[in-house]
Amino acid sequence: MSDNYVPKSAVGKWFNERLPLLDLIYGHLMPYPTPKNLNYFWTFGGILTFCLVTQIITGLVLAMHYVADADLAFASVEHIMRDVNYGWLLRYIHANGASLFFMAVYIHMARSMFYGSYKEPRELIWIIGVFIFLLMIATAFMGYVLPWGQMSFWGATVITNLFSAIPIVGESVTNWLWGGYAVGSPLLTRFFTLHYLMPFLIFALVILHVWALHVPGNNNPEGIDVVKGSQDTVPFHPHYVVKDLFALVVFLIIFAGFVFFVPNLLGHTDNYIQANPLQTPEHIVPEWYFLPFYAILRAVPDKLGGVILMVSAIAILAFLPWLDTSKVRSAKYRPLYKQFVWLFFANTIFLGYLGAQVADGLFLIMGRIATVYYFAHFIVILPLLGYIEKTKPLPKSLSEPVLTKEEKEMLASGATT
Amino acid sequence: MSDKPVTRRNFLYITTGTFTAAGAASLVWPFVDQMNPDASVKALASTEVDLRPIAPGQSITVLWRGKPVFIRRRTPEEISEAKAVSLDELPDPQDDAARAKNPEWLVMVGICTHLGCIPLGQKGEYNGWFCPCHGSHYDTSGRIRKGPAPTNLEIPDYVFLNDNTIKIG
Repeated sequence: MSDNYVPKSAVGKWFNERLPLLDLIYGHLMPYPTPKNLNYFWTFGGILTFCLVTQIITGLVLAMHYVADADLAFASVEHIMRDVNYGWLLRYIHANGASLFFMAVYIHMARSMFYGSYKEPRELIWIIGVFIFLLMIATAFMGYVLPWGQMSFWGATVITNLFSAIPIVGESVTNWLWGGYAVGSPLLTRFFTLHYLMPFLIFALVILHVWALHVPGNNNPEGIDVVKGSQDTVPFHPHYVVKDLFALVVFLIIFAGFVFFVPNLLGHTDNYIQANPLQTPEHIVPEWYFLPFYAILRAVPDKLGGVILMVSAIAILAFLPWLDTSKVRSAKYRPLYKQFVWLFFANTIFLGYLGAQVADGLFLIMGRIATVYYFAHFIVILPLLGYIEKTKPLPKSLSEPVLTKEEKEMLASGATT
Repeated sequence: MSDKPVTRRNFLYITTGTFTAAGAASLVWPFVDQMNPDASVKALASTEVDLRPIAPGQSITVLWRGKPVFIRRRTPEEISEAKAVSLDELPDPQDDAARAKNPEWLVMVGICTHLGCIPLGQKGEYNGWFCPCHGSHYDTSGRIRKGPAPTNLEIPDYVFLNDNTIKIG
């Protein structure tokens, strides 16, 4: 397969000579050399791209029917659900799509942590990824406010009030965000504007993310460097195109399961009650994908402290490439890290569980312990492991770990297989 | 740098650059300020309330600037309870007399100073207000006693127009 796109038609040739756009796309999708041993955890990049495009398309059509005004928003969402042709489908795809987007991004991030994909020379790919994650959080939060139900309203109230924790200017900043003295129409309108804008910013960052990825090439489950174009790589097409598509189909089955059978499972029933500024729901909970961070916020008995800790919990991710001092990438060859990274995943899920409980008594104490562990993983365990851990010997090639003993002996004696 | 003479060109560079930066900065302000509360929001800045229908031990909630304001006609027990508290026990020390112009009437913004939820009345360990979101307890004077909220419930600006009417804001 040629590295360059060779247009077959005269028009294609004419176009490509003037703007080698197809050449560029072709190079990144077809011959791009990819390690031959990527497992299914590497298919989430493609799945996430699909999620982003799905959210943009469904969001675009929903925006044609939605009204961003405090008096009309709730009714317009019900209008979408009841009156607009296939409105229910489009809205359920969009709402569940957001949840599945986060499910996929958490698996994608966990993959990167497990196999050390954030390490040299891929630090920038990871950091761009953290920024994409930040934008995703902002977009999802603002999107959740738009239906103007009770959870929308009170979620927006609690989160925008976080800014009032800033010393001295806190109140002015909060009033500026609100465009008033409480959450209301001005906030809803600006959230709608930003919710519409941010996916396109994410899209731009995704292009940078992939561009930065294609410079060093993919990491792989062994975590060793592979030489592009050697026996360790295969062209992206057809090998990984097919693998990614298969994974996407499986993902779509789960997606469809949510949309058609349990479309409200991940939502909160209170959000089908119109926003009421005079009544706070019994128990305010964010969407499931924010629960670990919500648990960290509540673990601190001090308002400003809680806000700082919650922001740090996300910001610390950007420093991961330097907090992890080990030169070995994959957890496969790091016996201690392998245990600690699983413990970290379990702890994060546990924080998510605690975020959904009432912050009192034992739950609060466990929340504090889990919060301390979350940060200890990054600032104590990871830096130390690089010095004390005895890693296993790395294979010389991607083939070595899967060869039988006989094949290895043959290779050692100089015979060709 | 220092041994080179200051030329006419240096001067022009610096003045041009300064003026451009100042001009660009002044143009940023309209884009920032458009988000601040607008004239129509500010116009709703005061609310008058008739107090006659409220019996001792009753509270009402009115909206002022989009925020709920609690107006409670306190019972004598609540007043004495609020006055009996030593200031040393309070995380945000404030005398009850400083919070209620007329001890019978407690007027305060009904928004938890933690993260903006609305506390429930006559609940919690101090028989005042209790915020269900993150568990802040307020006493019969609306002062924070226990929980994550940093300060007492805010007292808005208000005046008694006569014995039966107050104007908030």
